Amino acid sequence: MKDSPLRVGVLAVQGDFEAHRRMLASLGAEAPEVRTPEQLDGLNGLVIPGGESTTISKGMARDGLDDAIAALHGAGRPIFGSCAGMIVSDRKHLGLGDYLCRRNAFGRQLASFEQDLRIKGLGDEPLRAVFIRAPWVETHSAAVDVLAEVDGHPVAVRQGGLLAVAFHSELTDDSRLHAYFMAMCSTSARTSSASRAGVRGRGAGGLATSGGSE
Amino acid sequence: MAERATFRVKTGLAEMLKGGVIMDVVDPDQARIAEEAGACAVMALERVPADIRRDGGVARMSNPAMIKGIQEAVTIPVMAKARIGHFAEAQVLQSLEVDYIDESEVLTPADEANHIDKLSFDVPFVCGATNLGEALRRVGEGAAMIRSKGEAGTGNIVEAVRHMREITGGIRQLAAMRPEQLAGAAKELRAPLDVVQDVAERGRLPVPLFCAGGIATPADAALMMQLGAEGNFVGSGIFKSDDPERRAKAIVEATTHFQDPERVAQASMALGDAMPGLEIEAVAAEGGLLQGRGA
Repeated sequence: MKDSPLRVGVLAVQGDFEAHRRMLASLGAEAPEVRTPEQLDGLNGLVIPGGESTTISKGMARDGLDDAIAALHGAGRPIFGSCAGMIVSDRKHLGLGDYLCRRNAFGRQLASFEQDLRIKGLGDEPLRAVFIRAPWVETHSAAVDVLAEVDGHPVAVRQGGLLAVAFHSELTDDSRLHAYFMAMCSTSARTSSASRAGVRGRGAGGLATSGGSE
Repeated sequence: MAERATFRVKTGLAEMLKGGVIMDVVDPDQARIAEEAGACAVMALERVPADIRRDGGVARMSNPAMIKGIQEAVTIPVMAKARIGHFAEAQVLQSLEVDYIDESEVLTPADEANHIDKLSFDVPFVCGATNLGEALRRVGEGAAMIRSKGEAGTGNIVEAVRHMREITGGIRQLAAMRPEQLAGAAKELRAPLDVVQDVAERGRLPVPLFCAGGIATPADAALMMQLGAEGNFVGSGIFKSDDPERRAKAIVEATTHFQDPERVAQASMALGDAMPGLEIEAVAAEGGLLQGRGA
């Protein structure tokens, strides 16, 4: 059990899910595509990729994934939202984080850019961050920890089991952000298997449906 | 410190469109319907290909006022078409800040020998291709996204299938070659050697590959995704059908759940009639094939 690889799902409703899967796989994780609520069962964490946030949120609602993902998060499974994933995790959408995004905050595609970005928790070496019609965090509560900013606007945040960024490092060769997220997933996996050992007869499959684990 | 319009930034938007449907729209109302149905982007144009085909004459870039109206109506990316080789139309579209330019065979070509020098633009381009050589020539010119040409405005998927198989089959052949064979392959493909080497090494195009040209049903969308498309363009297929709103939603659903026939079946129910289809031979006999433009 200890040595089995982490299972980190990647939401595949729409967007650059393949790039996230490649990056997670390069770090030794199993990274199944998730298109239905059933495919959330047994995951140690979930990536909500970049894409079009309206398309992804409509697709999640159509397929019952919105409630199921909120339940997964409620059950202590970490979520990593990137760009559109950051938007759909905000207070106005899935409500996983206590912040609000401004969509297309930097402008249209012509204003898209890449730059080096220092991120709290990843050391001094900056990450190459690719911003595509990117959002930023407009407002947030004190519970939200800002990990990086561009022009004074938060573009990477962490709140407990939620990591959300406005950019794409999955389009580069630098996998440190995904490694950081996988560390969040393995911590939560260790904690939950310890607590599961104390609750007899309750498998991993029950977590997503009840949404109320200890 | 911040760098714009790099290759990664240009292909980056196409990466974000993967698994989605880009819909042709001719006015802000259609654009809103497309966005509401779950389109990941819209293509603003004056007439859908089926009407261009019917009306004949010269098809040009759309009226900038119409493109502006669509940009104001939706928050998803807005693409627009320029004629092959018409770099001044592309300059106009860039000044309008469209998110992607489609250098498209659906419009009447402006230059029979040259495509637009897409590397000189900041806005990214998508181009059509019927085979791998064509796709790689466009990439060499700076295209950041490739789509099959198919045969637009026919509601007939047969040409898109042929083009997608040509492109993906060609990639597999390159990937199986030894390094010393690639120069010969580049000559045969009439494509830049460095692009050919890159494709051989990765086993895929350096830019996203979408399907366009002939999708009319949810099953068409699922077929193209299974054949290796990373997303779908749908032109006449939606707004020339009986019930555009439902059909648009159904094609979006089938593009996500392309591996699940039950979902595709479910999505295909109660849609009304698809757009009327055209036989390719009949179109060809009238000299109406668009796919030969700008090879």
